[in-house]
Amino acid sequence: MPRTLFEKLWDEHIVAAPAGQSPLLYVDLHLVHEVTSPQAFDGLRAAGRKVREPLRIIATVDHNIPTEPRGTPITDEIARRQIEALQQNCRDFGVHLFDMDSPDQGIVHVIGPELGYTQPGMTIVCGDSHTSTHGAFGALAFGIGTSEVEHVLATQCLQQRKPKTMLIQVKGKLAQGVTAKDLVLGILGKIGTDGATGHVIEYAGEAVRALSMEGRMTVCNMSIEAGARAGMIAPDETTYAYIKGRPFAPSGKDWDAAVTRWRQLTSDPGAKYDQVVEINADELAPFVTWGTNPGMVVPITGRVPDLPANGAERPNAQRMLEYMGLEPGTPVENIRVDRVFIGSCTNSRLEDLRAAARVAKGHKVANGVRAMVVPGSQNVKRAAEEEGLHRIFQEAGFEWRESGCSMCLGMNPDILNPGERCASTSNRNFEGRQGRGGRTHLLSPMMAAAAAIAGHFTDIRSWKFNGE
Amino acid sequence: MIMVPSVSQRNDTEKEDNMQPFRKHQGKVAPLYRANIDTDQIIPKQFLKKIEKTGFGEFLFNDWRRSAEGKPDTAFVLNQPQYSAASILVAAKNFGCGSSREHAVWALADYGFRAVIAPSFADIFANNCVKNGVLTVVLNDQQCEEIARRASEIPEYQVTVDLEQRTVTDNQGLAANFPIDEFTRHCLLEGLDDIGLTLQHQAEISAYESRHPVPAAWKS
Repeated sequence: MPRTLFEKLWDEHIVAAPAGQSPLLYVDLHLVHEVTSPQAFDGLRAAGRKVREPLRIIATVDHNIPTEPRGTPITDEIARRQIEALQQNCRDFGVHLFDMDSPDQGIVHVIGPELGYTQPGMTIVCGDSHTSTHGAFGALAFGIGTSEVEHVLATQCLQQRKPKTMLIQVKGKLAQGVTAKDLVLGILGKIGTDGATGHVIEYAGEAVRALSMEGRMTVCNMSIEAGARAGMIAPDETTYAYIKGRPFAPSGKDWDAAVTRWRQLTSDPGAKYDQVVEINADELAPFVTWGTNPGMVVPITGRVPDLPANGAERPNAQRMLEYMGLEPGTPVENIRVDRVFIGSCTNSRLEDLRAAARVAKGHKVANGVRAMVVPGSQNVKRAAEEEGLHRIFQEAGFEWRESGCSMCLGMNPDILNPGERCASTSNRNFEGRQGRGGRTHLLSPMMAAAAAIAGHFTDIRSWKFNGE
Repeated sequence: MIMVPSVSQRNDTEKEDNMQPFRKHQGKVAPLYRANIDTDQIIPKQFLKKIEKTGFGEFLFNDWRRSAEGKPDTAFVLNQPQYSAASILVAAKNFGCGSSREHAVWALADYGFRAVIAPSFADIFANNCVKNGVLTVVLNDQQCEEIARRASEIPEYQVTVDLEQRTVTDNQGLAANFPIDEFTRHCLLEGLDDIGLTLQHQAEISAYESRHPVPAAWKS
């Protein structure tokens, strides 16, 4: 019986399948951060339980830490207490922590892959919905709640109902100026924010194969925005080349054995999916979201849509327009921005920063616009500085910050003021997500950099790149 | 057929029963009939820094309930006196989408909600509900809309959610069945601690681990 990539990983990780219960799935890698873990560790303490396998857990601080220079005191008392709780928990339970001052600190979904922990064929969980990012490596990776975090800490397993499968087949090639972010925004526009609920998505096709690992991570990252349990891409030479030589990746003869194993991780010909969606890459354009969920996308050449004539969607759309301060029919290119955020687990890797810097080079941020670049990790930051990207950004008037989740969710001091409009490379444009009353438009790093300079959304396909 | 032992039969591998069982609940209904209510709305991020599970109810739907200055928005459903004691929420599709934050469920439960009725729920949110004894009831669009309408128009409107019978009923003629996974239903009915259940499989976990050792590069 031909099996999908997902089914192979699922079968491989079943520890027990007790009658009448959900199967127990083994977890290969558990990522932990400060916001969703303190109550889980406290639960272990209350029950007198231990962490079953500390070697399969890594922790970092990312969600609420300031992005000012490291060493600046954390003035938010409650945030500091949360960070200290993680430090204490990692000491008490023997978990490796990439702390504030670690040269490897960063957003949990950036450091897992870049340190070589994330590998094909693994099951990976984290108390964070964007755990789907790691599926870019052909891993089964999904977000869990704090009770499940506690369950994994205690047992290294999870009870899971088997999800359904969805194949998203992307035909053709992405055009110039159309990025992985535009691909996933295009998918969200097509299937909607609950289009993949209960499913694990596998992305395939020529345009997906052509993506770098960074691009694949961007696509898988936003699978959750379609409601998917996880997103996956079968590993290939691009995957192996990315992993090879990373500090926590296999090496020597372990490497050869691993690659041999990983080569089996593809969906068999004839494998059946519960749903199949086809996307034509040549129908995609650089996209910008206009509403308060990530499925509300329009091409940069488009207009804010008219209200639906009637039906249940009309009040929702009305509410979105009011919140966003937009009129139907407004050309997207005429929408001015106050803030620009380049960062988040979706788009803060070296390739993203290179793309934004290429746009910013030799230009100046528009008057009245405040633009921030927040690298995904300390490793990304150092690598970018070695290439001089920070100077390009700073000379153009962008702020160059320390690594963290930052204004993607605004748990730290990086937030929008009420009514401010932000071009953001992050993943959610929900009401208040980046700060109460803030208005978020999602788009690619190149499009965000261009908006910072133009002062309004602008089509990257007609951008003047300096020195090229 | 459920083969797991009942609460009374369980052995000492289960040290706590920290979940309130859900069998049958009758309560007032608060209508919040919007689609795609995300967990950022249910509990905004500024309240995620607490390291306890308690005290989130006060901040449930904070940014919809009150202005930035803390003034209650009297138009918002939870600020209307007739819904002050509501224990069942009815919403439109894709309730609980977005962030995995269990704080959203802690906030709903702490506020006093025992069940949410909607045409669909986001997966992680629904899982989190089960762990906290909050029931997610899936009814179709028309049924949800009708319950929301009755809750808006009929004073003191109540429904009864019966998990044993898998039904939602009211005194206006509503009698709807809802689907639920058998194991989930069993856990809720019994208030089971699922860590305890999993720990009964120690031997199988150990056997699996001996076949799948920790990667060598992770041991240093």
